Parts: sequence; structure tokens; C-alpha cells
Amino acid sequence: MNTAWLLTDAPASRSQAAWGRRYRLWLLFRRNPMAMAGLIVAALLVLLALAAPLLATHEPGVQDLRARLQPSSAAHWLGTDELGRDVYSRLLFGGRVTLGMVVSIVLLVAPFGLLVGCIAGYAGGLLDRIMMRVTDVFLAFPQLILALAFVAALKPGVTSTVLAIALTAWPPYARLARAETLAYRQTDFVAAIRLTGASPARIVLRHIVPLCLQSLVVRVTLDMSTIILTAAGLGFLGLGAQPPSPEWGAMIASARRFILEQWWVPVAPGAAIFAASLAFNLLGDGLRDVLDPKAGQ
Amino acid sequence: MSRRTRALLATLASVPLTLFGLVLVTFIIGRVVPIDPVLAIVGDRAPANVVARTRLELGLDKPLPEQFVIYVGQLAQGKFGSSVMTGNRVTQDIARFFPATLELATVALVVALGVGVPLGVLAAARQGSWVDQVVRVVCLSGSSIPVFVLALVALLVFYATLGWAPGPGRQDVLYQDGVPARTGLLLIDAALAQDWDSLHDAARHIVLPALVLAALNTANVARMTRAFMLDALSSEYITTARAKGLSTTRVLWRHAFGNILVRLITVVALAYAGLLEGAVLTETVFSWPGLGQYLTGSLLNADMNAVLGATLVVGLTYVGLNLAADLLYRVLDPRVA
Repeated sequence: MNTAWLLTDAPASRSQAAWGRRYRLWLLFRRNPMAMAGLIVAALLVLLALAAPLLATHEPGVQDLRARLQPSSAAHWLGTDELGRDVYSRLLFGGRVTLGMVVSIVLLVAPFGLLVGCIAGYAGGLLDRIMMRVTDVFLAFPQLILALAFVAALKPGVTSTVLAIALTAWPPYARLARAETLAYRQTDFVAAIRLTGASPARIVLRHIVPLCLQSLVVRVTLDMSTIILTAAGLGFLGLGAQPPSPEWGAMIASARRFILEQWWVPVAPGAAIFAASLAFNLLGDGLRDVLDPKAGQ
Repeated sequence: MSRRTRALLATLASVPLTLFGLVLVTFIIGRVVPIDPVLAIVGDRAPANVVARTRLELGLDKPLPEQFVIYVGQLAQGKFGSSVMTGNRVTQDIARFFPATLELATVALVVALGVGVPLGVLAAARQGSWVDQVVRVVCLSGSSIPVFVLALVALLVFYATLGWAPGPGRQDVLYQDGVPARTGLLLIDAALAQDWDSLHDAARHIVLPALVLAALNTANVARMTRAFMLDALSSEYITTARAKGLSTTRVLWRHAFGNILVRLITVVALAYAGLLEGAVLTETVFSWPGLGQYLTGSLLNADMNAVLGATLVVGLTYVGLNLAADLLYRVLDPRVA
């Protein structure tokens, strides 16, 4: 592949410069083996979840009470659970539930937190104080506890889990975006844009938001692993996805009484949660080194 | 008034606002429950006039803002209502369950600091070396393990397979209620009663859950200690100390570490808060009779008074810890405005 176009010192267009920068960051990222491992595992998990119906050997919900709690075999690669369901197939479909929740939460939370933070930071004054006070109140609760209380009020399930975690996960993004916005607000280039007559909305949306995106991406990736753990924790407590859903946390909860005899039944979904969470942690850690070197060191 | 005093007052002034927010959030959660609180008390077969009377007694016919004022008033008097599940007042329940959580979290905190801080210092001292890499991998793995899975595996390995640890619970049946509860903290109560067998039993029971609970926080503590140390090590007074020919150990521990101690206070507060949260899941697996188990138990029974009471208490502890850290930090470090 010819990379001269990307690596040139004198880009001819704006997009060439932008792509060149991205390519250089990628070269930097590629040198970090742990981050690459995280990227590969995360990509693999997404692929497995998407292709679950093609890769599964059994229907995830079909019970076979004659073949309960079997160890791994040619027919059931990871054995069967307490109702004779194929653990491997359930893990694949559980990946869809988990990643689906993670993606919905991120899509709800990241844009919201970003906008709140940028608006508060750029507007300043009373609006800023009110908005930050509200974020502080949400930050004053431990996330899992607040999510628990919300789920209790809403009623257990995937939708409530998504809403509850989303309600508790946005404040850090708002804080982050506000801090960045405050730093940019006083810069000369923003003053110059203002002098050309740009409206505050245009300045925030077109100039400040894009600048905040980098640190936001790092934070979102690292948070994905927290979200995975919280969602699995809620499922484990019986407040998240409900059985017979093959959600990993719920799978562990229903199989935990077999931990002493058929330990692989609860441990398999546990390993899946660990792998997913670790992958996003490694990826986020690597991204931080590349995109936000100040914070990492 | 100096700038420092004013900043201090501003911090203190923000506390009532945060508390107000806390109470408002729990109030809103309590009112959006799909389960009718009246039916939860009288049952769904109660005659209509009983339902109506209970509704009046609970003040549910009044407009929401008025209900909120009444709610705040009751909280201020320490009235959290009764738990449907245990039949006791929620405050009594919390007073009974909270010490167990506090004890577990405190032991876990000691472990997390004892392991995490040296790891972080070590990693910073050898930045980029294999030691640093190993610490980094350990930290990332530590913060990726679901605590309930770790708890289950720990029980499988150390209790069921190796037999090193006693089973779930806080003490053996033999020692149940053996010592008078003065603080509610078993370790301290047993020591006060000079009942060494009971102390030994309680200590044996707390080791495994505390280690499991500490895992995640050890990772966080190590990561932050490393960051603080790197920051300190890159400053000029360290170069001076090195130029003077001081030994590496002295530079590392006395000059660099001594200076990050104050910043570690914030870490301790955060870690404590994280431990309270992790306790919910750990307690469930280890059948530890703490606030976390009380909270999840009442959640599953839709016992809203208990849920809100426990949430509020955890929230208050959280706010208190953060405030304490903030104030201590300001007092101990004169550079902070």
C-alpha cells in the first residue's frame, strides 16, 4: 500500500491533512501490542454477536432436560446448563444482549453529556452553575446503587437497565466536556470565529464539540467496560435482563448454585464478561496513550 | 476574608444543595414506582374504604410538592418508614446491617491500600520497564473482573477445593451472638469482649470477601498512585534531590512519595465509596449480612421504604466521604485555594 499520500508533509487539502493525522495516530496505536489485542478481541466480540445465529450450534432457548449440566463435548462445545441448554450458543446470543445494551447506553449518554458540558462551559454564568450542580447531584450517588434504585422503580428488564445506567453515566461526560470547553473558550481561534459573526450555536457545534470528541472517545471506550460490568451485575442480582434471556450476568445467577459441582456452567459466562470488559479496557488504555497522552502518563 | 476561606465556605455551601438533590431523586424514584404503595401495605383484596383510608393516612392524596415537603420533614426527624419485609423501622434495620458493610469495606480498603500503593510506586519508579508493564496488565485485569464472578471463583477454589477459607457468612453458628454488640463491628466487639476464639472466627470469615472486594480497588489505587508518582518524579525538586546525591530509595519514598500523600487522601475517599458499591455484589455471593444484601433483598421484594432508606444512607456516606476528602485536602495542602 502506498502511504506517501497519507504521510506527506505538505497536504494539498483539508481532508488529506485530516486523514494523514489519523493514519499517523494509527501507526502509533499499532505499536502497542496490548491495545492491538484489545482492539482485535473487541472486534471479534462484535462479529461473534452479529453472526450469532450463523455460529450457534443450538437454539439458545431450547431445553433438553435429559442432557442437563453436561461437560463440554462434540455436541455441546461448552457443555449444557441446568435446563440442558447449550452454553456456547447462549454465550453467543448473550453477547448480543450485552453489546446491545452497551451501544444503546453509549448512544444515549455520550451526545447528551457532551452537549450539556459544552453548553454549560461555553455559556458560563448562572446556566453553567445550575447545570453543574445537577451533574454534581448525580455524581454524589454511587452509580450501581442509583441504578439499582431506578431499576426497582421501573421494573427489572433490559430497557430499565439501559435507562438506569444511562441516567447515572452521563455526568462524567458533561464534566469532561465542560473542562475542555472552558479551555477552548478563551483561545484566539474562538475569538476569531466569534468576530466573523458566528452564532454561539455554530461555535459550540462546529468548533468546540469536534475538539472535545477525542477525549470523549477515550472515556467512552474505558466506560464501556464499566457499563458491561454494571449491566452484568444488575443481571446477576436479578434486576437486569430476566431469564430465560441469555444475558451473561443472568446466566451466572441461575447457574451459581452449581459452582461446586459443574463449575464451568457459571464460569463460562463469567469468562465472557471478563474478556469483553478487558478488551475495552485495553483498547481504551491504548487509545488514551495515542489521543490523550497527557492523561495517560 | 481570604480566598481560601471563601473557597472553603463555597464547598460547605454546596453540601445542602447536594443533599437536597439526593432527597429529591429518592423522592422521585419513590413516586414513579409502578406498584401502588397503598396496595403494598393493605394487599389487593382490601375493601375500597380501607384502601381509601390508607391513602389518606399516607398523604398520597395531596399534591406532589406538598408530599415532598412532608417527605423531607419526616426524613429530617429520622423517620424513614417501616420495612414491609422485616417489619422493623428502616432506621433500625440500617443500624443493624450497616456496621457489617463498614467492617468489610474497611478491611478491604486496608488491603487495597497496602497492595495498591506499593505497586503504584514501584511501577512509577521503573516507568516503561517490565515491572511497569506487569502492574499495568494486573491493574487492567483487576478492573475488568466482575466482582461477583471473582467471589464465586474464590469460594470454589479456597472454600470448596482447598478448604482454606470458612464458608459464606460473617461467623460460624457456634459464635452467633456470642459477644455483646457494642459497635456492631464484629472484629472490634470480639476484641473488646476479649473473646479471642470469636475474634479468630470473625477474622477467618472476613478474609475472603475482603480480598475479593479489594481486587478492583487495588487496581484503581495502584493506577492513581503511579500517575501521582510520575507527576512528582518529573518535578525539579526531585532532580535537585538526585543531584545532591541522595539514594534512590530516599528520593523515591521521602521526597516523591511524601509529597503525594495528600493527594492520596482523595484516592482513599474514592476507594471507600467504590467499596460500598462493590459490597452490594460481594455481600450477595458471600451471604454477608450487610447493607448491600439488605438493599438487594428489599429491591426484589419491592420494599420501597427500605430501598430508599438504604440508597439514601449510602448516598449520604458517599457525600460525606467526598466532603471529608475535600476538606482534608484543603487543610493539609496550603497550595490549594
